[in-house]
Amino acid sequence: MADQWTHRLSEYLDDELSATERRRLDEHLQGCPACRETLEELHAVATRAASLEDRSPARDLWAGVAARIGAAPSEAEAAVGGRWRRLRLAFTVPQLAAAALALMTVSAGSVWLAGPRRPIVQQAGAPATQGPAITASPVAMVEGAYQAAVSDLERVLAEGRGRLDSATVRVLEQNLGIIDAAIAQSQRALAADPASPYLNAHLASTMKRKLELLRQASRLVAART
Amino acid sequence: MGARTAEASILRNGPDTIPQDAADVALAQSGDAQAFERLYRAQVARVHSLARRMVGPAEADELTQDVFVRGWQKLHTFRGEAAFGTWLHRLAVNLMLAHCAAQGARRRYLDEGADPAEVGEARPASPELTMDFETAIGRLPPGARQIFVLHDVEGYKHEEIAEMLGISAGTSKAQLHRARMALRRHLER
Repeated sequence: MADQWTHRLSEYLDDELSATERRRLDEHLQGCPACRETLEELHAVATRAASLEDRSPARDLWAGVAARIGAAPSEAEAAVGGRWRRLRLAFTVPQLAAAALALMTVSAGSVWLAGPRRPIVQQAGAPATQGPAITASPVAMVEGAYQAAVSDLERVLAEGRGRLDSATVRVLEQNLGIIDAAIAQSQRALAADPASPYLNAHLASTMKRKLELLRQASRLVAART
Repeated sequence: MGARTAEASILRNGPDTIPQDAADVALAQSGDAQAFERLYRAQVARVHSLARRMVGPAEADELTQDVFVRGWQKLHTFRGEAAFGTWLHRLAVNLMLAHCAAQGARRRYLDEGADPAEVGEARPASPELTMDFETAIGRLPPGARQIFVLHDVEGYKHEEIAEMLGISAGTSKAQLHRARMALRRHLER
């Protein structure tokens, strides 16, 4: 099977041959089924390699990294994480979406505890218990808390945007526009099918993205303070 | 300076990913370990997969942690010219190659007698056909494996690989071809 061209097939595949060599190998391939087959196999190997998917390690390696950079998680953080993981086991998909959003709302508010702004955990948390009546859409259960957190973060961002690069502000506003459009689209779909687990999860995910973006932007403002 | 440069990288990325990365890089550069943990979460699968393929599963965990510790230590040198993931990936490749070199792996791939094809041919036909492709990559000689992973999996060019490994581009091409020839038999059917 091996001939003078076999060892050049990978270079042919990768377009690494000169025009002359390529033309000669093209001619050879027309009359050599073995080389054509080998070339197909090499192509399959390269294609398979390029499509390999990344996998996370079997165990969480962060604790080891954190210990070495002096950032080991506190016991309190670990305990909260454990409680949350246990709670999740009993939730349905729509409940999960709502609960995740509620958690994001509280965590978004808690970002500001350490900053110079007034704390908003209370504002963010209060509507969750006394907010709008529960509708057919689970996400609506936490909409009041969500809106309060968003309003607070938007206000902080508005007050501090002068400390950000104008280009950064432009991109943030563009991204917020995209996310707002996605939220509006999800809400319109939910109006037609309020109990849809997919739509509720999608809306919650999109709202979560907005909170994350606002939170990151606000952190940048805080870092410039 | 570094934080603002990272912040500016927002402009060079898509709206779904950048704000998160750029903000976290800026925060991590100012010493925020929680922001660095978010960067770790976003990148760990890619780094660990690279380590698993380059040095094998037995050492992948430890090397992955080494990469992130080194990344934290060198974060102040990140200027935002490339995406953070690209910067970290290059750092990971360099660290893994240094690890292999320390183990004498580089000497082995320079050994012309170490033909990857022979490794495959030494095994019975049946198990070869069912062997996981990644397992088969791991059975290549270290030099051929590194070049195959860097070129066909990670997308580096022969000239870049040659510079990283201190070899000629021709040697890189020859080793890649040998690796591919050996791996033909291990494609999932």
